[in-house]
Amino acid sequence: MLEQQREYVLRTVEERGVRLVRLWFTDILGNLKSFAISPAELENALEDGMTFDGSSIEGFSRVQEADVLAIPDPNTFEVLPWADPKGTEARVFCNIHNLDGTPFDADPRQVLKRNLDAAVKLGYAFYIAPDIEYFYFAPPQKGELPQPLDEGGFFDLTTSDIATSLRKETIRTLETMGIPVEYSFHEDAPSQHEIDLRHTDALTMADSIMTFRLAVREVAAMHNVHATFMPKPLEGVQGSGMHLHLSLFKGEDNAFYDEKDAYNLSPTAKSFMAGLLRHAAEITAVTNQTVNSYKRLVPGFEAPVHISWARNNRSGLIRVPIPKRGSVSATRIEYRSPDPACNPYLAFSVILAAGMKGIREGYELEPEADANLFEMDDAALDKLGIRQLPQSLNDALKVMETSELVQEALGEHIFEWFLRNKRHEWREYKTQVTPFELNRYLKSL
Amino acid sequence: MATSDMIVVFPANPTPDLARTLDLGGYRWKAVSGADEAGKCEPQAGWMGAIITCDEDPESAWAFARALRKRDNAVDSVIVLVSGTQLGDLELRDDLFDDFCLTPFHPRELEARLRHLFSSTESGLRPELVEHSGLILNLETYQATFNGHALDLTFMEYELLKFLAQNPGKVFTREMLLSRVWGYEYYGGARTVDVHVRRLRAKLGEEHANLIQTVRSVGYRFGQSRWGS
Repeated sequence: MLEQQREYVLRTVEERGVRLVRLWFTDILGNLKSFAISPAELENALEDGMTFDGSSIEGFSRVQEADVLAIPDPNTFEVLPWADPKGTEARVFCNIHNLDGTPFDADPRQVLKRNLDAAVKLGYAFYIAPDIEYFYFAPPQKGELPQPLDEGGFFDLTTSDIATSLRKETIRTLETMGIPVEYSFHEDAPSQHEIDLRHTDALTMADSIMTFRLAVREVAAMHNVHATFMPKPLEGVQGSGMHLHLSLFKGEDNAFYDEKDAYNLSPTAKSFMAGLLRHAAEITAVTNQTVNSYKRLVPGFEAPVHISWARNNRSGLIRVPIPKRGSVSATRIEYRSPDPACNPYLAFSVILAAGMKGIREGYELEPEADANLFEMDDAALDKLGIRQLPQSLNDALKVMETSELVQEALGEHIFEWFLRNKRHEWREYKTQVTPFELNRYLKSL
Repeated sequence: MATSDMIVVFPANPTPDLARTLDLGGYRWKAVSGADEAGKCEPQAGWMGAIITCDEDPESAWAFARALRKRDNAVDSVIVLVSGTQLGDLELRDDLFDDFCLTPFHPRELEARLRHLFSSTESGLRPELVEHSGLILNLETYQATFNGHALDLTFMEYELLKFLAQNPGKVFTREMLLSRVWGYEYYGGARTVDVHVRRLRAKLGEEHANLIQTVRSVGYRFGQSRWGS
């Protein structure tokens, strides 16, 4: 099979006149990394991988063991639709290995594969469908606030038309790359858009999200527009989240579905939810990895603040959507805290690890919170025993630090590097004197 | 690449000499006024080749040559007729033609050049093709086209589409497809089939999404049912 896949890729490169093959992989923070090789080098790369200096990638290598191997996954080979028609380009995702062939422990894709393998051993396939929000702005100028397109002045044409046609063009691009779109719409905030992808297995979805973020930016840039996945770019309006619809399948059956349950949720689904809720605080630094992420997780903007679940309540951390006409395969849970600036490979890894721990250890699901939590004060919440999500990157890191679950899911190298890198980010942030402080204190104090 | 036996000729008013040479050589041909018309009159299986006369209106002639090459279903065998003063125009245009002939041409020379140019097309083995409802899969080159446009597929998408298109009208369960097409374990489990069908439908375009039909609580079928339902 692998031989045939390689043959298919090589033949396609020849037939389609591909001039450049981009080898894609992801760093620990979720940035897409790429280097290009010529078609002549591809055969060799597919068989033996390409050696490169890992120390050039932040977080990848300690200096003494710098060289690593990028081995293309031939089934992810796709022609890139936005490349110059005269110089057709293609991309292929890579797994990073040590020179001795073992998986490289700083490669997020290998981390997710390891976590998925553990679930497969118990018979589960992990499926994810994300709802991805993002903003379109005028090209950013240093020191200026982001300029939404809808506020006029930036374009001569009706701006909402431009954003809508950008979104449509993006969807066409995604679909030609085999990333089917379920819905798309203009969100509540000015210049904010949402594209919902159809569910796939978690590894394919993590790859798809990496492609998605690039495709959205590429299409926007072609029209001199800046697309951003920053979680909270504008004060006072909704931020951008990436709600994840999660389900587990056993063979052809949805393991989350139970005909007899009032909500059609199986015991497996309930234990998975209980696992996610119990470990939610520990995994939040990974699902919400920037200082800015925590400005989205505040009351009043449809983002979760408390650790709770509910059937159709949009203030909960986990929502149980009602599937259309009780469709069995559509039974799922929606995890609402992640934002689109996360590393999808690592976020999916810790989410799966938390849910699977609930299943393995038979966690009991706490009762549903049906009141609108946003309207309760802290005392009332305490009485109900409802905890809050971490309030800042610093809080999230403190909880993550103590988590065996996250350490195991990410592996020691990424766990430690991530904590170091993010503590540094927090320290840098903490030393800033913000406009808030100047406005509030400069005159009065 | 398999083609028809039709040659496209530009411009629309070929000289009597050219028309006679083609007719005497037993070639089937059609003269057109531009790329649009060439697209409209194109036989289902594509043009066998093109003869482009450049000495009357070189600019549109080269534009025509470029259009034939730039299409998804590029025309493979192109011969250009140029006058002696236009030889310089051939420079840096090597990608646009396969052979050329000076005008006024000697009929025997043009005939020999045409025979040579098309011999590979005519005598070459037709690669194995799977054709169905506008979809063409070339099993030798692994390339797929749909209504004349190249489809860029991943290996597993190609394999699934090939299997379905080779067995039109038959219903397959997910398990059957998984064992026949994949034959190995993947992270998606049995749902992998659904994911790939969705991806194929997305690539075929919304209006052709029903080429692969879902058969409720059974699986999938390519094309219409054999019983006409």
